[in-house]
Amino acid sequence: MNFKTPRTGGMLTLAALITIMPLFLPNSFYYDIVILIGINAIVCVGLNLLIGYTGQISLGHAGFFGIGAYFSGILGIEYAWPAFAAMLAGAVFVGVISFLVARPIMKLKGHYLAMGTLGMGIIISIILTQEGDLTGGPDGMPVNPFTVFGFSVYGEKTWYWIVGAVLLITVWLSLNLVDSPVGRALRSVHGSEVAAETLGVDVPHYKVLIFVASAVIASLAGSIYAHYAGFITPEEAGFIHSIELVTMVVLGGMASTFGAVVGAAILTILPQLLTVFHDYEMLAFGAILIGTMIFMRRGLVPTLASLFQRKLS
Amino acid sequence: MSLLKVQSLNLSFGGVNAIDALSLTIEPGPIHSIIGPNGAGKTTLFNLITGVYVPSDGQILFEDKEIAGKKPWTLAAMGLARTFQNLQIFFNMTAIDNIMVGMHLNSDTRFLPSLLRLKSIIRGDNENREKSAELLKFVGLGDYIGADTDSMPYGALKRLEIARSLATQPKILLLDEPAAGLNPAETGELDGLIQKIAASGVTVVLVEHDMKLVMGVSDHIIVLESGKLLCEGSADEIRHNPDVIAAYLGESGRNL
Ligand SMILES: Nc1ncnc2c1ncn2[C@@H]1O[C@H](COP(=O)(O)OP(=O)(O)O)[C@@H](O)[C@H]1O
Ligand SMILES: [Mg+2]
Repeated sequence: MNFKTPRTGGMLTLAALITIMPLFLPNSFYYDIVILIGINAIVCVGLNLLIGYTGQISLGHAGFFGIGAYFSGILGIEYAWPAFAAMLAGAVFVGVISFLVARPIMKLKGHYLAMGTLGMGIIISIILTQEGDLTGGPDGMPVNPFTVFGFSVYGEKTWYWIVGAVLLITVWLSLNLVDSPVGRALRSVHGSEVAAETLGVDVPHYKVLIFVASAVIASLAGSIYAHYAGFITPEEAGFIHSIELVTMVVLGGMASTFGAVVGAAILTILPQLLTVFHDYEMLAFGAILIGTMIFMRRGLVPTLASLFQRKLS
Repeated sequence: MSLLKVQSLNLSFGGVNAIDALSLTIEPGPIHSIIGPNGAGKTTLFNLITGVYVPSDGQILFEDKEIAGKKPWTLAAMGLARTFQNLQIFFNMTAIDNIMVGMHLNSDTRFLPSLLRLKSIIRGDNENREKSAELLKFVGLGDYIGADTDSMPYGALKRLEIARSLATQPKILLLDEPAAGLNPAETGELDGLIQKIAASGVTVVLVEHDMKLVMGVSDHIIVLESGKLLCEGSADEIRHNPDVIAAYLGESGRNL
């Protein structure tokens, strides 16, 4: 193993951070923030495969997060499904839905794709809000605790390790994928679609593939969130959440797996640090999005990495 | 058997016939050139042959099989490759990764093994990385093996595109203005590279405005004008053809 590659070095750093982090978390308030960072980071690592690597925007991925959350909620409470089965059912459902949506929607480019995915997300959150009998409507619904082999998962500390492990696995899978022929095909779609297709890359296939994969990751993260939080509302599936996720990916750095984690961390912490921030949250996210696009187009992690490399050489 | 045959091909853009009842044949082996004034339809013809555009009418036969309307990635698998008049480099990837995309069809692209980075993926990538480095050397870019594409000069990027298309192991290679923007020394090297590619058994079709290059390397020249075939023949025949001189070369063309 080469510990100096960004890949192994980054994985070890992340694992070390997750391991020692609890030493610096005095109470459950801090645990809560870090767990939310982890859940957002899982979604962002998936979304970054779509936006950062493949160059396809989605303004509706919170919808898939919401579907995962509500599958876990509804199947658990109304139909007494085991948590794992409900979570898997949600992921399969999102897989099918995102596949059906992806085929027509991924034909769109640029602004049209942004509009298409935006509409898709809005439809999902409207359905979750309107189907009040099942979903509790705009007020939301409670979710059963996560239960495996008869043991219920309770408490921030346990959830901390679960989310940490899932994040590590997601990051590992993402790094693997990017550094493979499939990953290069995805990046080639971002680089030049016409060159990619004439070199043998089935461009629509890869767009659909990564749209579905990122949607399924969002769904799984939504299920985890639902069980952890114990209560969900349609806001989880809403437009604002979608924008937050995109901003995290863009700020952290497009086409950087660790950038997605850093972006999620910063933008999850920021609203907690500044309580006044809450009223102006969307304004601040918009400002950060614009600022990043103007002053640091590649995002934090890639920009810092190349600065650091220039210092070394 | 001819390698590529275009029959009564038509494509119009909003009433403008970019390709107009065009028929031509490319035999396997030698170096062919397609010349003609700007807007004659040369790039459009390449786009039709490689499946980027679908013809409104007519046939394209590759090794006697109808390919009009087939998808570009299917055609790449059949052995058609090309470069682009306007650079289409993957600027988000290194030079060597650009070439490795060209090996896509000969790579392990199963999703789950890629996610888990199984041994077979690593082994295939290592082999392809070595082959890509060889290809970079073949086109004279041995110094750029670890390079980022955004730090490479224009001339090197033009060659990188050629190396990348060769990575697909084509039977026919369509080069769209490979000398545009090159200085005379670079054009001279390109001349040698084109001959090397043809000598390796790939049929080359060259679209180019540099008449010295075209006349020097071509065994067969096709002249297009307004989407139609003006004439075709050897370099000598084209040089002295009064229609070509009138439409494209001008009087000084005789001396090329
Ligand atoms: N995508 C397109 N949409 C509309 N018109 C086009 C398109 N591509 C080419 N054309 C037109 O087709 C004609 C041939 O263009 P082109 O094939 O690029 O010529 P050449 O490569 O010989 O210079 C021109 O009149 C050009 O304006
Ligand atoms: Mg052209």
